[in-house]
Amino acid sequence: MKWLALPLIAGLVLGGLVHLVSILAMPRLSQDDAFARLDRLGPRNVLVQLPDPTPFAATLARMDPAVVAAACVYDLSRKALQVRVPATPDLTMVSFFTRHGQIFYALNDRAANRRSFDLQLMTSAQRAALPQDEEVTLADRLIVESPVTRGIVIIRAFVREPGARDIVRAMLKDASCKPAE
Amino acid sequence: LRFVFLIIALVTGAASGLGLTWLLSSQESAFAALRIGAWQAWLKSGTAEADPYTRAAYARSGELPVGLGEGIAFRAVHDDAGRALDGRCITRIRGRVLPARFWTLSLYDEHGRLIDNTANRYAFTSAEIVFEVDGQFEIRLAPRALPGNWLPTGDVSHFSVVFRFYDTPTGVTARSEAAEMPKIEQERCP
Repeated sequence: MKWLALPLIAGLVLGGLVHLVSILAMPRLSQDDAFARLDRLGPRNVLVQLPDPTPFAATLARMDPAVVAAACVYDLSRKALQVRVPATPDLTMVSFFTRHGQIFYALNDRAANRRSFDLQLMTSAQRAALPQDEEVTLADRLIVESPVTRGIVIIRAFVREPGARDIVRAMLKDASCKPAE
Repeated sequence: LRFVFLIIALVTGAASGLGLTWLLSSQESAFAALRIGAWQAWLKSGTAEADPYTRAAYARSGELPVGLGEGIAFRAVHDDAGRALDGRCITRIRGRVLPARFWTLSLYDEHGRLIDNTANRYAFTSAEIVFEVDGQFEIRLAPRALPGNWLPTGDVSHFSVVFRFYDTPTGVTARSEAAEMPKIEQERCP
């Protein structure tokens, strides 16, 4: 049986390499990550309210049942994106993720003075292409620069008790995602 | 014989490598976590500095992390004494929490799903909970209804508790090593 030792050791060394490569590759190879799951909900550059998570079905893993969420899978390859976030009674948050789930910008209604707010999401090339004088009039609008062309915008609204859920859901209907004019 | 050698090496390599990956990506890495008692938080999840194991775990589970700009999420899978959280027992969570505009506490099964129960209760929020006079609170997790702040565990053998703090004051995360988190104790087990 001694002849088995060498191939087994070689195999384990190879196993270490396979492990490292597969861990590093997993975010790129996963067919069922958050982006893939949200992308299946509807067309891109459109905001979709996520159904409430139940024990039997949930859009994403470990969703907070005390939050109403809406998501927009964006693609900036043609145009910048305009995101409208309404204020809800307790707390509204908007977060921008890359396609692989890295957050590059997050804002909540406290930072925005508890009013609804508009954001413009664009790549650095699109931002550089903005006409100079127009940038002045846009100064009071929030411009968010996306490091990638494809990603996810998530708007989350906190629901303090289950009875307030329908109200928060109705208010979140004013949220939107659309290509900028 | 050289051919057999190659086959054995390749099979061992693929099996051990992929097996290890499968095992270690089933949850966030044990290192790079902030621990307070039985609670663990992955502060770097969702950032460019997240470790490869945490990234792989999120890619596999299909969860979107709570980012640092939004708040902090802590998770516990065992009590302060190191016993795995068991839905057939009564577990008590008691103490004070980090300052935050709102917090929520919810229970999940091993697959990250909410726990089915006839009361349709899955979470508590800071606005729903009954606090004691000294500002502490107590939540009891049990399969059957209890007076006070009760969350049903639906008789599942393993579950996890996720504590999410939204809109925490700036600096909380920097000082969170010294932060106070509630104790988790097993009260009674059948």
